[in-house]
Amino acid sequence: MAGDALRRHHRRGGDVNGTVGYGLVLGGLAFATFGALVGLVSGLRRSDAGMPWVMRAVWGFAACMVGSNAVMVHALVTHDFSVRYVAQVGSRSTPLVYTVVSLWSALEGSILFWGLIMGCYIAAFAFIHRREHARYMQLALGTMLAVGVFFAFLIAGPANPWGAVSPVPMDGPGPNPLLQNHVLMIIHPPMLYLGYVGMTVPFGVAVAGLLRGEIGEAWMAPLRRWTLVAWLFLSIGIILGAWWAYAVLGWGGYWAWDPVENASFLPWLTATAFMHSTMVQERKRMLKLWTLSLALASFVLTILGTFMTRSGIFNSVHSFTQSDIGPTFLVFLGFLLVLCVGLLAVRGPLLVPEGQLASPLSRESSILVNNLVFVAITFTVLLGTLYPLISEAVRGVRVSVGEPYFNKMAVPGGIAVLFLMGVGPVLPWGKPDPATLRRQFIIPAVVGLVVTAACFAAGLRGVYPLLTFGLAGFVTVITLRELAAPVRVRMSERKEGFVTALTTSALKAQRRFGGYVVHLGIVLIIVAVAASSAYVKHTSGTLKKGQVIELGGYQMKYLGLVSGEEPHRTYVAARVEVTSPGGQVSELKPRLNYYERSTDPIGTPGVRETPAEDLYMSLMAFSEQAGTASFNVWVFPLVGWIWWSIPLLVLGTLIALWPRRKAAVATAGAPALGPSPLTGGDAERGAA
Amino acid sequence: MSPVARNRLIALGALLVAGAGLGFVAFGNIGENLVYYWSPSEMLGQGEKAYSATIRLGGVVQPGSIEWNAEHTTLQFRVADDVKDGAPSVLVRSTETPPQMFRDKIGVVVEGTYDKSGVFSSNRLMVNHSNEYRAPKEGEEPRQWQETLSDATTAVGAM
Repeated sequence: MAGDALRRHHRRGGDVNGTVGYGLVLGGLAFATFGALVGLVSGLRRSDAGMPWVMRAVWGFAACMVGSNAVMVHALVTHDFSVRYVAQVGSRSTPLVYTVVSLWSALEGSILFWGLIMGCYIAAFAFIHRREHARYMQLALGTMLAVGVFFAFLIAGPANPWGAVSPVPMDGPGPNPLLQNHVLMIIHPPMLYLGYVGMTVPFGVAVAGLLRGEIGEAWMAPLRRWTLVAWLFLSIGIILGAWWAYAVLGWGGYWAWDPVENASFLPWLTATAFMHSTMVQERKRMLKLWTLSLALASFVLTILGTFMTRSGIFNSVHSFTQSDIGPTFLVFLGFLLVLCVGLLAVRGPLLVPEGQLASPLSRESSILVNNLVFVAITFTVLLGTLYPLISEAVRGVRVSVGEPYFNKMAVPGGIAVLFLMGVGPVLPWGKPDPATLRRQFIIPAVVGLVVTAACFAAGLRGVYPLLTFGLAGFVTVITLRELAAPVRVRMSERKEGFVTALTTSALKAQRRFGGYVVHLGIVLIIVAVAASSAYVKHTSGTLKKGQVIELGGYQMKYLGLVSGEEPHRTYVAARVEVTSPGGQVSELKPRLNYYERSTDPIGTPGVRETPAEDLYMSLMAFSEQAGTASFNVWVFPLVGWIWWSIPLLVLGTLIALWPRRKAAVATAGAPALGPSPLTGGDAERGAA
Repeated sequence: MSPVARNRLIALGALLVAGAGLGFVAFGNIGENLVYYWSPSEMLGQGEKAYSATIRLGGVVQPGSIEWNAEHTTLQFRVADDVKDGAPSVLVRSTETPPQMFRDKIGVVVEGTYDKSGVFSSNRLMVNHSNEYRAPKEGEEPRQWQETLSDATTAVGAM
């Protein structure tokens, strides 16, 4: 349909792309508004009558968003510079893949892409849970579509990518060179958006539960599963972002507590806390209000994060007014806060806890402490992130909060989380038996001490890193034992083979099993962060040809410059001969890339990766007259473990989300409180 | 008082204490780790306060002020409010190697501390990407922007 229109457009040279694309956005806005109104009104009146109409609105909204994005990609690929966004980010010299990717390389396009993901999420949720009770579904879908109204409004108004450009330019500047510099930029933003937008679904579910004033297990299962989906994408997005910063930006690090990074970290923290408190709610019928608050907070924080990264407010409070979407976002954010607090205040008392903390040494109290730690980290990161804004707005003083602030707060928090990851799984629900506890803790504790002692003997110093490594050993032993115990029992009692025993026990306690696999991934990350920040080595220097610079046992000899051309850029690279501490010789080529339409060169560091450490070189500057090149050099121990944790996170989440054949699988670890056949099961299909 | 109510009260009290403690530590910690954004004239106007703070000093490299030591390891230059003659400026010593774009008149932000001898010691040097990535203005040749590029490539070609 759109294709015909577009072909005609090229013959006539009109602005059909813009008209069709914008028309689809308006259509999406209309569908979302209609569906939100019908769903919320009909749901609140406790009637099922609106359900078919809400479903139609969902399909309509999703179709419009997909269509509008398809038209934009088409406009980008065919270089239709009459469309404002294409004129802004398109270029005839950009390779096709980066042209497609430039859909999310600037503000307007990324909000449009956001709409696409939101349409797909809502449609997937509606399809998977279509047989769910209509009164819940209307409220949930109505809430999600109401969020859809906001984003469709943004695309239609303040962040409209479809405006016409006159006269039509012959060529455009191409996307930001930083985004063209590395293949990670193709996957990092979609992952992050899938994580951000994914939080809309649990938000809709939680609001629906609050509006109804009850939230039974049948409704908690989708809440958990969809939060897990969003959590996984968010985790991958954050790690890939760190990797991108490391591999592309060349400043020699992967995390700087930058507002943009914090924006993605905040909802991750609350979603992680949610995933833990939901277990207490399930097992002990406690913390209901708290759990829902965390679900709501995760969504509000994604909106706050989008606001912070997209409004330009962090350049300065004063440049904020130059951005059109800032004020719109702020209004939406205020509305959300009022709505959430109001809902929790009015409906909260209906969610009565049915249980009691039996003992301070129980699984539920360890999860409670875990939640407090996560919320404390969230609070301090949020405070540090927003403080410059408050300071400038209230006192007129421009400040930023230095990294030491964040590190001082987050390092103890991270160590506490690590400790709880070890203690929690050992503690039983309810009241523990002290003798059993002692027996279970003794081996992991000894391993932890041995690891610490070994690290100390190997010459490592520093209280925090040594504590981290020791605890990591402690947690790893406990986690592996928890994973292995049911497998061993099956192998000895039922004489099953290892593979059968492993898959059966994994499938019988999916969430527990998956959770522990994810824990192993998190241990990898924490160890890698501790090692690479505590034992990083750095030097810099300006070398003449043939001169050598040394760091951490590596010898780097500068051989000279080379230059070359690629389709969208030219580069100057320094050839550096690296001799590793083990005597292997290799060559690194840190380089500076020059893009046709940008004055400033963008560096790409040269990295020699090994599992134990990375040697990382950035070319800072070169002078042909003097025959010199200046380098920044780092050695980062274990840094690669951060990115290589992704497979573990994915595996663990998939195990937890894998559809169950039977409704209720009774296991030793988790009684039959799994998702009902109608609600659970296929949630991950929506994410695929 | 029922045990449930008492437990709740204890929990609430503990939470309040923990929250207050966290807030106290966090705010105190923020105060110690603030980094001030100042221009040279703003910093010079701070008096004593400028000596104890971590500062991001933003301005432009005063034309003709860049000096390297013999081994090309320590860099010294002046950061001024603007490129006009006689604009307030501060002497900066940087141990970090500046990036390729570093030159006279370019916008820079240096992070470090200012001492009573009037020297700003910087351990971090950032060059403002002065010209945002942008479409050509009317009558402007894209070629002009590639100055750095053509310099670089001809230089390399002449090797």
